[in-house]
Amino acid sequence: MSNTNYTLPADNDGRPLLKFLADQLKPKAKILTPFNIISIPIITIGIVLVVIRFVNGIGAVSNVSQEVPWGLWKGFNVVTGVAFAGGAYVITFMVYILNIQKYKSIVRVTVLNGFLAYVFYAGALLLDLGKPWNVINPIIGNSFGVSSVLFLVAWHFLLYMIAQLLEFSPAIAEWIGAKKARGILSGMTIAAVIFGITLSTLHQSGLGALFLMAKEKIHPLWYSEFIPILFFVSSIFAGLSMVISEGSISQKVFFNQINPENRKAHKGILHGLSKICAFTMLVYFFLQIVAFVHGKHWGLLNTRMGHWYLTEMLGFVLLPMALFFYSYRKQNTFLVKISALITMIGVIINRLNVTIIGFRWDAASHYVPSWMEIVVALMILFVEIWIFRWVVRRLPVLRESPSWVMEH
Amino acid sequence: MGINRRNFFRALGITGVSLGAGKKLGANPGKKDDKEFSAILYDATRCVGCQSCEFACALANGLPEPDGEDYPVPGTIRKTNENRRTVINAYETSQGEVYAKSQCMHCNQPACVAACLTKAMQKTEEGPVIWWDRKCMGCRYCMISCPFDVPKFEYHSPNPDIVKCNMCFDRVKDGELPACVTDCPAEALTFGTRRELIAEARRRIHEDPDIYYDGIYGEHEAGGTGYLYLSPVPFEELGLNTKIQKKSYPELTKGFLFSVPSVFILWPAMLLGIYNATKNNAKTEEDHE
Repeated sequence: MSNTNYTLPADNDGRPLLKFLADQLKPKAKILTPFNIISIPIITIGIVLVVIRFVNGIGAVSNVSQEVPWGLWKGFNVVTGVAFAGGAYVITFMVYILNIQKYKSIVRVTVLNGFLAYVFYAGALLLDLGKPWNVINPIIGNSFGVSSVLFLVAWHFLLYMIAQLLEFSPAIAEWIGAKKARGILSGMTIAAVIFGITLSTLHQSGLGALFLMAKEKIHPLWYSEFIPILFFVSSIFAGLSMVISEGSISQKVFFNQINPENRKAHKGILHGLSKICAFTMLVYFFLQIVAFVHGKHWGLLNTRMGHWYLTEMLGFVLLPMALFFYSYRKQNTFLVKISALITMIGVIINRLNVTIIGFRWDAASHYVPSWMEIVVALMILFVEIWIFRWVVRRLPVLRESPSWVMEH
Repeated sequence: MGINRRNFFRALGITGVSLGAGKKLGANPGKKDDKEFSAILYDATRCVGCQSCEFACALANGLPEPDGEDYPVPGTIRKTNENRRTVINAYETSQGEVYAKSQCMHCNQPACVAACLTKAMQKTEEGPVIWWDRKCMGCRYCMISCPFDVPKFEYHSPNPDIVKCNMCFDRVKDGELPACVTDCPAEALTFGTRRELIAEARRRIHEDPDIYYDGIYGEHEAGGTGYLYLSPVPFEELGLNTKIQKKSYPELTKGFLFSVPSVFILWPAMLLGIYNATKNNAKTEEDHE
């Protein structure tokens, strides 16, 4: 391997492990970046708010009510965040199951992104639980509520985090120079991938199935028995749009980590992904039409919620789908990124419509998140990005594995 | 490919069995035939809106009593909350002012119980739906699922509880009447087995068809509830949700939950099959790109 034209941070090779780890804890880049200047105050305020939440109860910081018991932390951080983390199962499916080598260079970063997303959204879940110390009950307790969709989702979150950690573990082994462990861990990748895709299928749709019992509470334009399928299909293009956006940002921020070959290949990856996005969005749009026709809600279209529904379907599904097709035909990378951005906004709108905006839309008082909820939601996001950046700067995520991996 | 096919048939067999078993398990929800659900019949034609049930409930559950300013007035809807498990509201109806009580409906197949992932919410053999604080993790999925919006949450407590009527389960278990039933001076509340009460309600409608609206709210709503309502006016005039489906609510997630074992078996087999089929194509694929 002769990668001399870009800086290759050293992975551990023979140094004592503790000394190496202590060295790795030091900051590796400038501290006063725009992102840090915005995120540090928000994280600090967020931590204070979390303390207040645990001392005085959820009501002290959050506007959730008896009618709308799930607010921004569940609707945005958990339900929307998990959809965006869907990129990991789609990319591992293409690379490990379909053996499409083209996407191999982005597997690690996508899995890392997915893993951190789950860890932090599980964290958001803990903040939102009234008695978080009882969270172990459905895991170890003698009280398995197997008839609950949430029981399934909780278990799948946990198992999927383990599967993703396994998928990512060879990178950790390479980083600390554990050659033997790397061999064992990478041998488990295929099993973890197959298990992970199965779990993802079920809990991505399960997040939608959570709302099946709230039949009369969700606006009929967003409630249908198709919610689980719609959530699953939309998680594919939600996840891939996230991969497109994250990849484009990484190309800039972590420029010196990526070797020139992969930098060049990135364009091809974006166009491949835009094609997949376009087709899954076509399927999704079709399913939405089926759900709409099935529900017989023509009369609702010309209401305020109906206009909002049309905005979502036309402006944030049909439009980005067309843009994805167009940008693929024209091989226009800029347009791919724009389409991904619109798609992501659309997915956020969709998830919030089901969980918050359309939920008890007919109630006398509507739920609007407090500024404190928004700060905590952003804090979770920012801490995740901090950890992500920390890992990418140190572990072989975007850059090549150490040379001893090839020799094996 | 041989292994794949074998895997495939094995998966198919297991799936078939699990689907079959699933259907069988779901088909008979009422497993105890010897024990009938207890229920309460509320007769709105008799209720005088005196709030005795509210006071009795507050006393029995250690909750603050309603103060003098807080009484039913037509036009204002008083709601149950973490400090009161039952309320009486007054409604201006086609038959004049009528009162209606609201509290947990104690469904036969409750959505909250199906929703609970820790079994903190339980449908007891006696009929009351009760909440156990030791297991609850405070996720509030019961509140999302309940079609009657019954479970309430202590948002301002660091160790919050779910609060709702439990039909005075401790008293019912010992053969006593629920506090609200005991204290009702107008005999608007009757306690008994669900079957007896439906018969009684039908008898009352039959004997006084001029007084009663022809129907029992709760007989079929949400698959049948443990609280039954008789009314002089159509139920929507008393603020009762008539959009509630007749099927039980857990029915809505059954299809999804039953598909889980099949996906869990079919998916890995299928993925393994594709993996094996494409394993040697890696090189060709690269050339193709």
